[in-house]
Amino acid sequence: MGLLNLMFGLKSFTHGIHPPYHKDTADKPIRRLAFPSQLVLPLDQHIGKAAIPLVKKGQEVVRGEPIAKADGNFSVPLHAPATGRIRDLELMPTPKGPKSASIVLDVYEGSTQEVLWSQPREMSELSREEILQAIQDSGMVGLGGAAFPSHMKLTIPKEKQVDTLIVNGCECEPYLTCDHRMMLEYPKALLRGIRYAMQASATTQAIIGIEDNKMDAVEVLRNNLSRGSAIRVEAVETKYPQGSEKMLIKSLLNREVPTGGLPADVGVVVNNVGTLAFLGQLLPKGQGLIERVITVAGPGIVKPGNYLVPLGTPVRHILEQAGYEGSRTEFILGGPMMGPAVSAMDTPITKGTSGLLVLNEPSIEDESQRIWPCIRCARCVKACPMHLNPSMLGLLAAKRKYEEMAQDYHLNDCFECGCCSYVCPSNIPLVQYFRISKAINREQAA
Amino acid sequence: MSKKPTIELRTSPHAHAGGDVVKIMRNVVYALIPISLFTVWQFGLSALALLIVVTLTCLLSERLFNRLSDEPNSLGDWSATITGLLLALTLPPGFPLWMGAVAGFIAIALGKALFGGLGMNAMNPALIGRAFVQAAFPVAITTWTPAFFEGRFSQFVPTTLTPPFLQPPALNDWVETVKVDAFSGATPLALQKFEGIQTELLDMLLGTTAGSAGETSALLILICGFYLAARKMLDWRIPLMVMLGAAATAGVFFLIDPTRYPDPLFVLCSGGLMLGAWFMASDMVGSPVTPLGVIIYGLMIGVITVIIRLFGGLTEGVMYAILLGNAATPLIDQITQPRVFGEQRTGK
Repeated sequence: MGLLNLMFGLKSFTHGIHPPYHKDTADKPIRRLAFPSQLVLPLDQHIGKAAIPLVKKGQEVVRGEPIAKADGNFSVPLHAPATGRIRDLELMPTPKGPKSASIVLDVYEGSTQEVLWSQPREMSELSREEILQAIQDSGMVGLGGAAFPSHMKLTIPKEKQVDTLIVNGCECEPYLTCDHRMMLEYPKALLRGIRYAMQASATTQAIIGIEDNKMDAVEVLRNNLSRGSAIRVEAVETKYPQGSEKMLIKSLLNREVPTGGLPADVGVVVNNVGTLAFLGQLLPKGQGLIERVITVAGPGIVKPGNYLVPLGTPVRHILEQAGYEGSRTEFILGGPMMGPAVSAMDTPITKGTSGLLVLNEPSIEDESQRIWPCIRCARCVKACPMHLNPSMLGLLAAKRKYEEMAQDYHLNDCFECGCCSYVCPSNIPLVQYFRISKAINREQAA
Repeated sequence: MSKKPTIELRTSPHAHAGGDVVKIMRNVVYALIPISLFTVWQFGLSALALLIVVTLTCLLSERLFNRLSDEPNSLGDWSATITGLLLALTLPPGFPLWMGAVAGFIAIALGKALFGGLGMNAMNPALIGRAFVQAAFPVAITTWTPAFFEGRFSQFVPTTLTPPFLQPPALNDWVETVKVDAFSGATPLALQKFEGIQTELLDMLLGTTAGSAGETSALLILICGFYLAARKMLDWRIPLMVMLGAAATAGVFFLIDPTRYPDPLFVLCSGGLMLGAWFMASDMVGSPVTPLGVIIYGLMIGVITVIIRLFGGLTEGVMYAILLGNAATPLIDQITQPRVFGEQRTGK
């Protein structure tokens, strides 16, 4: 593979997999779905401390108005995605799994649903700190799936030297095309967002990394850039998990984030294209993040596409709008490689949800899903982008030697991309074992 | 939403490459079929009977140990079939059937079931069986039959039907009756080692020489091995490294004294090297998983094979070399753990 890349001049990392990509919705323009009658807004849609609600039961809110404030620096506020009345604060199911405190909003039927709340600002007059504050106030988090508060990501620790902003347009998960569509449809907003992010992080160059199955996006963005711009666009090999921060940094700059370290340790800060495209739109208007683009796709969906939906839209509503058929099905939020399965149809779309997939996998009881012993075929070793030894880790997990896994076999470097489970001919749930092992180690340490 | 759906829950990834163990095993069996058919054509009824008896014994033993250990029936994973076929292919074609059955039972019992079945065995089960009968029946395992002898489809080699627990008869008189030109009762390896007679390379490629049932045609083994490698069901680095290690070692000695030592091509095409390299050393269970480990393991087997051949009392060393390689695998794996992404090695 390395040789091939040299020949074609395509940048990439070593190992990884080539799953079928199913990017069937790549030509479907972003469309708005009808508003649901009720929105569910968890206060902990982001990583960090949950937001503190600002509204009371029965209160009327307008679309765009803040309804929860950030709890300290490592937190972001929440804005009302629609005009309506607060029904209540209750525990509701979330994509993360356990139920969490959420604001439930009854949407006014027939409301125009224009954004009625904004505080326009002149971006060029803002200092670095003021931009970071503005980003926090917008409630922005990483829209690629991690939902890490963007202002935190762009805040570079004093002792670190960061020179490059990498803009992640890989979208390496199968099925998902929402980032692809945003690059095609909102190139100006994206480039604006990139400039804000460069200002906020004081970086001197930005590289937009895009997998080479989206060359149209590469072209559109290049056409929007002037010669000599500090922003450049680079195509990288289409390979999962190219969109993982560490892999993309390696591909574009040949820098390796050290074990347990952050991109800032090698002078890089990474942001997703969707995140920056929304920042580019929201910051000048002084508005908050109230909606996002998701890809609705999979074999069970009648009208697959890329849809702009208000945050808090329940899965049930999207399925009704996009239509779906099938009897025995799996509902995935995000991509098939790393996305969680939905356990309740009331689960809302949150800031970190990049897609809703309806898959029809063989049943767990199916003979093809039978778990065989490890035959040491080494396919997982050749797939692991972190160059771990999943085969050995799997054997140790089965023996419950969780500490040995962490100490001698780098368990904590695993970022759970799922390549090992994907390639395993014995159907051994390797990454699933590792998730549990990590959790047990965390519990032991606590 | 007309029908009420059943939600299935599982954790990611929700996609799978779909290749499964049974498919890999089945393809190894496919790759062994041409070699088995060739040996039947070459050696006739005796080879056919040996293949059937050894493979059946392996299957029956596997089932027996399933029962004894209360495990589900594992015949469907084809691994016992592979062990049986491979084992039969490493035995002399006229090997007494009862001894073949002993080898098959030992292969499964000591080589596999004892360790806990598929994936757990430390060494190649077929070679464990082979090593056992090598030690137990030293005469029978070195009694060779000429290839393409007359009447091979109508009669057994006399040794084949030796009654259980008896030693096989000598073959000298019988060989005279089947009219094979210049058959000395020795394999190319033995001829070279003890008498300095070089067998034609073409004969070894095509398999018109004496030898173990499935080891004579180097060319056929290469083709079948390529099939598996092309389907990514075999790590081609292992056979390549075995061959490289063997050829390089042989090359050094050949350069020192070409009259005494065989040339590298002879070394590659003679004896069980091809079959061992492509179908036994490459057995996933007993070989390392790390990229560097695979190279060390392959080279080690190649080098040891040639050392045994040239300086040992035996004519063939592939079997012991692979078993040694299998034994060293856990250690090789341990010392060749790949550098983890982002890891800074500090004088380790």
